[in-house]
Parts: sequence; structure tokens; C-alpha cells
Amino acid sequence: MEDNVIQVEHLTKKFGSFTAVDDITFEVRKGEIFGFLGANGAGKTTAMKMLTGLSFPTSGKGMVAGYDIWTQSELIKKNIGYMSQKFALYSDLTVRDNIGIFGGIYGMKRADVRRRATELMERLGFMSEKDVRVKELPQGWKQKLAFLVAVIHNPRILFLDEPTGGVDPAARRQFWELIYDVVDSGITAFVTTHYMDEAEYCSRISMMVDGRIEALGSPAELKSEFGAGSIADVFDILARGAKRSE
Amino acid sequence: MKGFFAFVRKEFLHIFRDRRTLLVLIGLPTMLIVLFGFAISTEIRNVNIGVCAPDKDVSIARLVDKIDRSEYFTFKGWYGSAMDVDRAMKKGEIDAALVFSEDFSSSLMSAEGAEISVVTDAVNPNNASMEVMYLTNIVYGYFFSDTDSMRQSPLVPNLRMLYNPQLRSSYNFVPGIMGLILLLVCALMTSVSIVREKETGTMEVLLVSPVKPIGIVFAKMIPYFVISCMVLVITLLLTIFVLKVPVEGSFFWMILVSLLYIILSLGIGLLVSSLVKTQIIATLIIGMVFLVPVMMMSGMLYPIESMPYVFQLIAQVIPAKWYIEAIRKIMIEGVPFVFVLKEVGVLLGMTVVIFTAAVLKFNDRIE
Amino acid sequence: MDSIVVRRLKKSYGRTLPPAVDLQEPFSVRQGELFGIIGPDGAGKTTLFRLLTTLVSPDEGTATVEGLDIVRDYRQLRTITGYMPGRFSLYPDLSVKENLTFFASVFGTDIKTNYHLIGDIYCRLEPFEDRKAGNLSGGMKQKLALCCTLIHSPRVLFLDEPTTGVDPSSRREFWETLARLKDTGMTIVVSTAYMDEADRCDRVAMMKSGRFLVTDSPAAIRGDFGRQLLAVRSDEMFRLLQDLRKMPQVDRCYTFGDTHHVVLNDGCKSAPEGIGRILEEEYGHKGVSVRVQPATLEDCYMNVGG
Repeated sequence: MEDNVIQVEHLTKKFGSFTAVDDITFEVRKGEIFGFLGANGAGKTTAMKMLTGLSFPTSGKGMVAGYDIWTQSELIKKNIGYMSQKFALYSDLTVRDNIGIFGGIYGMKRADVRRRATELMERLGFMSEKDVRVKELPQGWKQKLAFLVAVIHNPRILFLDEPTGGVDPAARRQFWELIYDVVDSGITAFVTTHYMDEAEYCSRISMMVDGRIEALGSPAELKSEFGAGSIADVFDILARGAKRSE
Repeated sequence: MKGFFAFVRKEFLHIFRDRRTLLVLIGLPTMLIVLFGFAISTEIRNVNIGVCAPDKDVSIARLVDKIDRSEYFTFKGWYGSAMDVDRAMKKGEIDAALVFSEDFSSSLMSAEGAEISVVTDAVNPNNASMEVMYLTNIVYGYFFSDTDSMRQSPLVPNLRMLYNPQLRSSYNFVPGIMGLILLLVCALMTSVSIVREKETGTMEVLLVSPVKPIGIVFAKMIPYFVISCMVLVITLLLTIFVLKVPVEGSFFWMILVSLLYIILSLGIGLLVSSLVKTQIIATLIIGMVFLVPVMMMSGMLYPIESMPYVFQLIAQVIPAKWYIEAIRKIMIEGVPFVFVLKEVGVLLGMTVVIFTAAVLKFNDRIE
Repeated sequence: MDSIVVRRLKKSYGRTLPPAVDLQEPFSVRQGELFGIIGPDGAGKTTLFRLLTTLVSPDEGTATVEGLDIVRDYRQLRTITGYMPGRFSLYPDLSVKENLTFFASVFGTDIKTNYHLIGDIYCRLEPFEDRKAGNLSGGMKQKLALCCTLIHSPRVLFLDEPTTGVDPSSRREFWETLARLKDTGMTIVVSTAYMDEADRCDRVAMMKSGRFLVTDSPAAIRGDFGRQLLAVRSDEMFRLLQDLRKMPQVDRCYTFGDTHHVVLNDGCKSAPEGIGRILEEEYGHKGVSVRVQPATLEDCYMNVGG
């Protein structure tokens, strides 16, 4: 159990008669990149909300970063990082101010924020831009900064919700190298994406269909299990069986 | 034309889907009328008054008795000297005082006339001037009816409260509230609803459609025009039947002037919406540039005549000022239409200018 | 027959900013062609769409769409084009059906007249006709937005990143729909961040800093790659990426699905086996596989777009 940063059993979420997440059980191991795939409306967002302490499940239990999703959601929020496609940055503040603000939100000491910010800015090549206002940064840099801000407090798990939606192939690769980089430093990454080539970059992936996890394993395992040439094909095979269209 | 009606239909759908806003729009006039008509009042009531009369006689005692009986004043007591009055006022015992000159009664008959000082606590200047006005009114009223000799005195100023003999403030507020609400519904709602389409991106799709862009915005005005008319009717009904303010003048002209003002306000909304890109800015502009001046400088709360000269000048370009004046004249003074020709002319001119500017500024591209 | 003809087109948003669109070379799109535009954020794709749909007017140059000038004849042009902006522009407080009815009447038509165009998409939405558009999921919003764009049977269709945030199955359906529309003779210009989608276009323009770098058919672009490309994998993919970048033979290396793609330096004729042996012997990688890889459109993009 020590090696699992996320451990979920029979997690279910119902909205009235509609079961958005239907009895899912899975674990995410420390230090892996876990791809959380599924069609629009398969229940990914709902599941992510429960894992990040934003909503309670209807039933089932789960531990995230070593904390119970029922009773310790505040501790969970402190120990995870979150970044979505709409990165939340203050565009009229400088890079450094943004980092300071988000460090402060996570209750970090000023000195710690400064040390960690310097370390990250150096690693991501941000030092020369630290006094630039965010709105003046090119799109790719904004994304990088949003990423930096999401890992400023050295979270145990980093949740990435479609971080590369609408991004061109070159920028997507740069972004994935950032993910590799922080995973290398011991952070676990939990990623959703609609790019099936990105699914191949994950250590393990799960595929959600109609609220249930229909497949789980490493990309190679899934491809051989479904006799498919690529993850895109696996997705197609599973999606074809979906009942609810949205 | 079919496209145009589709737009109008769509705008009505938006409005009816957003029940809360609709409720506010309809509820607001009711609330304001009740608030201004009953709760907020610039009338004075229960003002504590002291009297200093070195030469106290029957006529003075009767005057004081009359003042005490009025609903506005409460008699607190006699004071020996002006100093005592001053002290009592500082302590807050009294808010106003009447100070009669020595040998008041005898000089009343003399050629020079008698002297009464009215002293008030002018910390609140509005109340103070009101108190002076009321007191003088009562004093003169008293001597008019009681002392024949007064009538012969050539020096007595003739002070009368016209049109609003009881000085009821709701008479003043009704035109003001109408000016405010109609502007709110027309200008604010139209501009916000146009700018919302810019924000959500639907304007892009509408602009690339064959519907003439100016048709898009005129279609937006129609529902708000209808709502404004409803608001107008509600306000008038409340005014006449709840506040019991009589409409002295022509109902027809009052409605017509109001319609002109509604169209003018729609034009303001259109002009603002073609200048800004976000709903928040539209709201701020309408609020700061139009609503606040309407409240402060249109004569709704404070008389324009008592404002500094610069503000008086600014007041001249506020549409609501002219509308409120026109409605006051028609509704409360009951003058014939020819006497509001100037106000209506100004409003008409403003409407033409604003619509011209709005149509010229309106961009059928998104730059 | 050319549907879109651009000789020169320039548009800047501010004097200090570089132009958003700065097309110096002429280009044209044939009638019934499916024309793709790919490029990074800020390349000027959206501005180009807005220019061609008459939403903004150019600073210099002009273009014609179906023979109509985008500046002079913008009014007529607006009746024959369909435009779906990046964010699906729907009214969230109106139902699915009300949205569609509204857009139909704006274009002076009704749902019945052009139902054949949208039928195969709209039938999926019909069960939710009375649901508010704001409560639809991404894929459904996209379908509805496309229906609203198609309802007046436009002759030219402009789609700005229509599949962003949409899952792979919905994307595939979407492109099948586009193929059907193309068969009706409709000209379609579409921008996308997905290279597999760009591969389905008749021709593709790679756009950067307001200019077209390459304009050709996907096959021709792939054929012009002209570099030695290898697909490499090992048991430790991240370390492999870093190690490959240290090797003098390697010009560029980037992740590519379950492999890394390696572009070799022009002078290097290293056979795949040579690279594999170095990885095993000098860098201690296990499970190494190296094979020659034909270039995909994505490889071309990576090496042209930078």
C-alpha cells in the first residue's frame, strides 16, 4: 500500500438517477504517469473532482496522497497540484508575483517559496523572464508557468486536466518533457488527454466508458489485450460499446 | 425581415429564461416608489423648537401654540436670552428657535415693522433650510390671518409654497424615479445584452450572417422597449393609486414624453455597447456616467438651483434632468404642453445626436 | 474553379505588434477542397479566418471568396459562408432546438429545408432537443454548433479548431461528416492542432508568425521530408530521450507515441543498427529497438514549424 499514492475502491457518484461514476476501483503507483482516458461525458471530470477533494462520492472509499477522501479533503488539497487547460494565472502580475501568490496559497514560507521558485525557474529556463508580466508572455510560456505554479509546493500528485488541449505538436512535446521532468523528481502525474499519442507516454492508462473503467494497464499491455496497433484503436474498440453518447 | 423577427423572439426568450432579472426589473420600480414615497423622506417631522421672547404677550403665545400643534414642530420651552438658545442648541435640546425682538408687539404696529429671528442648527443644511421655510410659513400664515395690520405692512414678503402646498416630497420623487428606472432598464439592459454576445462569441456568428448588424441591435431594443413601457405603466399606477399623487396635466403628453425618453435611453445603451467589449465595463459606464449623475444632478434629490454653477452646467447635458423637469411640469404643475416644448425639444435633439453617434460608431466587423 | 483566392493579405492589431497575418505569397483553395491550416498558437490562424469571413478588414491586400471581394462585397459574402469560431458560439440559455431554429431563421431558412445536410449529426442530438445548450457536453456542443453553421447550406465552410477538447471517437465522426460535406461540393477550410486530422485534408498549410511556411498535399509534404528518420525505443524511455540528445549523430529527437523519433544529422549515414549498438554499449540501455521510420505529417510539422 505504501507505494500507491491513489487507492480507490468501488467509488460511485450519482446525480439523482444518473450514475456518473459507476463503481470504479484502481490504484496509482508512486512515481508513475497515470493516463486517465475516456470519451466526453464518460465521467472523467466527476471522478477527478472526487479525487481532488472537490466533491464527495455517493459511495465507496479512497485514499489520495495518503489521506481519506471522505474525511481529509483539506489535507488532500494541500498535497496535490492541479492544472487544467484554462490555466489560472494573474495576467497583469509578473511571473515572480504569480509564483509568490500561489506559494502563499499553499501556506509555504516566503523563504521556501523563493528557494523553490528559483530552483524551478532555473530548471524551466524562466530566470530571464521573472519580472515580465504574464500577459506579455507567449502562449507556450504561460503554459509552462502554469505548470510551474502547479508544482510550486512540491505536491505528491500532480493532476493535469487536458493540459494540452488545442496545443500544437511541438508545444505539446515540450510540455510532456516537463511532466517527465517532475516525475523524475518523484512527483506522480495523473493526466487526462484526448491525444492518443500522449497516452503512449503514460506508464499506465485507464479507459473509462459510461462511468466504468473498462481497461487498465500499460499501453503495451492494452494493445496486446485488444489486439490493436495503437491506443487510438483500443479507444475506438471501447468507445464503440458505449451506451450513453454524452 | 423574417430574420429580424427571429431575433426579437430570441431576445424575449433570453429575458423570460432569466426570471430573476425580469423580476428585478419589474420589482425595482415598485420598491423605489414605496421606498421614496414612504420611508425615505426629506420632510421634517418633530423638530424640537425653543422660543425666546423678552416681551411675551398673547399673540406670541398663540403663535407658539400653533407651531406646537403642527406635525412638524414640538415646543420645548421658553428661553430667557439668545445665549440660552445657543446653549440649548449645543446640548441638542432644540433643533431650531424663534427669537422675537424686544418690544415685538409694539413694533409690530409701527412703520418699521417687527423683527423675528429664525435660528436653526445647520449641521444638516437640507433640514435647516426646510425648517426655516416651514417656520417662516407658519409665522406669516399666523400673522396673515390674525393681525390685520400685517396685511397693510408693505414690507412683508409674500412667501407661498406652490404646487405642493403640503410640501410632500413624493411629488418630487416620482418624476425622478421614472427617469432613473427607465434609464436603468433601457440603457443598462440593452448594452449589457449586446455586449454579452460579444463576450460569448455569438456576435461573431451573427455578424457573418446576412442579417444586417444594425438589425441585430434594434431587435435587442424591442423587448426592452416593451418592458420599459410596462415599467412606465406600473410606476404611474403606483404613483396615482398608492402615493395618491394627482396627475394634474395631460396624461397623453406625459406618456408621449416618457416614450421619447425611453427611446433616448435605448440609444444610450446602444452607444455604450458599441464602444465597449465587456459586460462589466458596460455596467460601470452606465452606472458612473449615467445613473449616478441622474441621482445627484438631475434635480431628483437636490434642487439644481442650489448646486454649484459648474454642476448646474453639467446638469444641462443630463437627459434625465430634462425629462424629470418635463414630467414635473406636466404631472404636478399641470401646465399645458406648450410650456414643456423646450424640454421636449432638448430631449428630441439628444435622441437624434445619440442615435446618430451610435449608428456611426456601430461596427459591423469585430475590430 | 477556385473558391478562395488570396493574392496578398496583411493584418496587424497594433502598431507595435508584429502583423497577425502577413501572407505575401498568393494562394488559392479550389471549390470542393478540404483545406487544412496547422500552426502554433498565435500563428494567425484565427485572424486569417476572421479576414476571410469578413469579420475584420485587412490592412493591405485583399482576397475573394466565391468571386466576392472580402472587403467590398462583404454583405453578399456573409450569406454564402458558414463560420464556426473556436469557442462554440451557442446561446447557453436556449434549448438545442431553439438554438438551431434561431440560426436557421437568421439565415432566412428553416430546419426542414436543409435537414439533409445536418440530419446525420442532428439525429444524435434529437433526443436532447429540449435540453439547454449550456448543459451539453463538449462533444454535443460541437455537434450542435456545426448544425447551426450548416443550417443555411453555405458554399464555403470555415471551421476554427472545431475538435479541440473533443474525444477521439467524436473527432473521427466529425471528420467523416466533413468528408460527406466535401462530397456535396462544399469548400471547407479547417484549422486543427491534430496532425492526424490534417492528414485527412486535400491540402495543408503550415502557418507560423502570420505566414504560410508550406502549402501542399499531406503526401507531398511527407515526401519532401528529406532527412533520415529513425524510431527508437528502449525500456527506459525518458533516459533514452536525454541520451539520444547527447549523441553527435542526432540532430533532433522528440517523443512520438510509444517511440522516440530521431532526426539524424545530414552528414551521418549511421545505420539503425549502429545507433542501437551505441545505446546498448555506451549508455547501457536494455530492450533497444531502432528502425527506419517514414516521416509522418507530424514529423514534418516538428521540423518545419520548429
